[in-house]
Amino acid sequence: MDNLLEVKNATKKFGGFTALNNVSISVPKGSIFGLLGPNGAGKTTLIRIINQITLPDEGSVTLDGESLREHHVQDIGYLPEERGLYKSMKVGEQALYLAQLKGLSKNEAKERLKYWFDKFDIANWWDKKIQELSKGMAQKVQFIVTVLHQPKLLIFDEPFSGFDPINANLIKDEILQLRDEGATVIFSTHRMESVEELCDHIALINKSQKLLEGKVTDIKRQFKTNTFEVGLQHVQNSNLENELKQKFKVAPANFRSIEEQLKMQITLGKDESPNDLLQFLTRQAQVHRFVEVIPSVNEIFIKSITENE
Amino acid sequence: MSNLKLIMKREFIARVRNKTFVVMTFLSPLIFVGMISLITWLTTMNNDEIHKVAFIDQSNLFASELKTEGQIEYVNYSNFTLEAAKDSVVKRKYDGLLFIPSQLKTLEKNIEFYTDESPNLATIETIEDIVSNKLTKLNYKNQNLDIETIHNARANVEIQIENFSGEKTSKLSNYIKMIFGGVAGYLLMMFIIIYGNMVMRSVIEEKANRIIEIIISSVKPMQLMMGKILGTSLAGILQFFIWVILGGVLMTIVSTMVDIDPQEMAASQEAISAISGDKMEQIRLVVHDIVALPLGTLIVSFLIYFIGGYFLYSSIYAAIGAAVDSETDSQQFMLPIILPLMLGIYVGFFSVIENPHGTVATVFSMIPLTSPIVMLMRIPFGVPWWEVLISIALLVGTIFFMIWLAAKIYRIGILMYGKKPTYKELFKWLKY
Repeated sequence: MDNLLEVKNATKKFGGFTALNNVSISVPKGSIFGLLGPNGAGKTTLIRIINQITLPDEGSVTLDGESLREHHVQDIGYLPEERGLYKSMKVGEQALYLAQLKGLSKNEAKERLKYWFDKFDIANWWDKKIQELSKGMAQKVQFIVTVLHQPKLLIFDEPFSGFDPINANLIKDEILQLRDEGATVIFSTHRMESVEELCDHIALINKSQKLLEGKVTDIKRQFKTNTFEVGLQHVQNSNLENELKQKFKVAPANFRSIEEQLKMQITLGKDESPNDLLQFLTRQAQVHRFVEVIPSVNEIFIKSITENE
Repeated sequence: MSNLKLIMKREFIARVRNKTFVVMTFLSPLIFVGMISLITWLTTMNNDEIHKVAFIDQSNLFASELKTEGQIEYVNYSNFTLEAAKDSVVKRKYDGLLFIPSQLKTLEKNIEFYTDESPNLATIETIEDIVSNKLTKLNYKNQNLDIETIHNARANVEIQIENFSGEKTSKLSNYIKMIFGGVAGYLLMMFIIIYGNMVMRSVIEEKANRIIEIIISSVKPMQLMMGKILGTSLAGILQFFIWVILGGVLMTIVSTMVDIDPQEMAASQEAISAISGDKMEQIRLVVHDIVALPLGTLIVSFLIYFIGGYFLYSSIYAAIGAAVDSETDSQQFMLPIILPLMLGIYVGFFSVIENPHGTVATVFSMIPLTSPIVMLMRIPFGVPWWEVLISIALLVGTIFFMIWLAAKIYRIGILMYGKKPTYKELFKWLKY
């Protein structure tokens, strides 16, 4: 797959503080790319470099094969984390203004705004001032303004903060639909459950350095430890637990079950296959649960960060 | 439409729609004209007051001189004793009692004026004049001098000022130049402070509303800053224009409503016709002076320095707005704006007026932060073109430098929230 955006060896220093240290990412066309990292890791700096708000000290950015230039701002839609609107300006007026700044003609902007305002059922807000709207309502307007000019690349920084679950869902569906229509999405967030749900690629940044990057499935494969969650009933061998502990790495497991069960997590060695374990277990007890433990993005996040400390 | 135009348009509309702006636009001329009318009215009220003064003239010399005239009404109490007169004056609430003793020789220092309120200086001076005149005439007579001869012998020197090409100017010429320069300089300072502040507030507003990052993902910070400065200046020019027109119309209305007093008009007509030949000549010269001012140069340089000064300072205002989170925090950075402005005004009003081509005035009309004000004040007095050229060149250079500097601070500052920066940090931002 082609990459829509490539950042190569980007470095940015503010005085003595290094915000980004030699960070490269490749965002495949048509993907939803999760940019993850703790607070202050350098995500926002990277996003600002992509938006040409900040210039990198070193490194290059290419968008769709061209190195980044001024006109590319029209190909990017950016919803920053710190976002707001003019308080005393009417909703319609400022949506028009912001759309025109992105290069749309007035008539075209009006037409598209009408479509989106109808879609979100907010057409009657056109003449309202932002100060009359709630925070969630203002966020809807900001979302519309971000996507209105149909950019190739959409960048959302914590897009769901401030939305109630219903509107968050609405926005999530819109993001997925935009992806299906061909847009590429960069998505920066702390909410791992939305990453799990939306992203097919992720990059993890910590302390101004990239820790890992790739397809979510590849990364999960890389992080899985050959561990299986096991639930047993009718255990015949009362010494089974100890025997297992001698053979494998065993840890207590926590999952819900209806019956009283022997629950544990068993980690296999590199050359051991789950089939061997299963065969061993079936001889000793009734196997009610046998699941491979696949690390969640959240676990990968925490694991990589703590290992990096 | 280009982004710069879009930004200018938005800024202009945002300024003009602002309620305070609308109120100030229409209220200011009203307040201004109202104040002038009030002051005029108060002065005339004061002038209409009649001061009643009683007098006891023991020398019998002045009764015929102390004739009721203007605002002073004299009442002759010479038949009373001093004590009785005092009582009576207090009872009748006269303004005072004048006592002239009989000894002519020591008269000069022994005239007394009794009053409880602090005496009206104009009244005292009028009385002093009357008594001095009378005494002088008496002294002449005693010395056997002919008053007529002395009067005719008195010389009245009036120096005629003329420049080397033979044009006559009035002595008022310098005052006219001072007024032209002073008004221009003062207007510029007010314009800078009012509209520079507007630019700053607009920057702070975008920061506080958190819309700034959305905007600079579409346009360059420099474009945004310039659009703000230009858009606000257009709003300012519109406001000034409305002020001038509205103020002019109001002044005309008020003056026709209040001041037309047919008698007074007739009187002033008489006064004009009574003005003697040289007075007429003076007026002709004043008009000539105004026309002779380098009006073309004045207007062109006024525009250049006005625009230049505004750009220079409003870019500083924009940088300050970007550096702080709220208007209250901006106070600590106001010094670099207020100090040179005040310096310019003081140098203008003291040094330039005393010696328009002195070292102090010349130097300050070159330093870019003060030159717009000081040079505007100097120009009516005639400044060599090369001096103006150097000053403008320095100003334009500094403007570019300052906008570049301000844009750097602006670019960093608009994305910094939550901490009050120091000068040291601002300096660091320049290197990011």
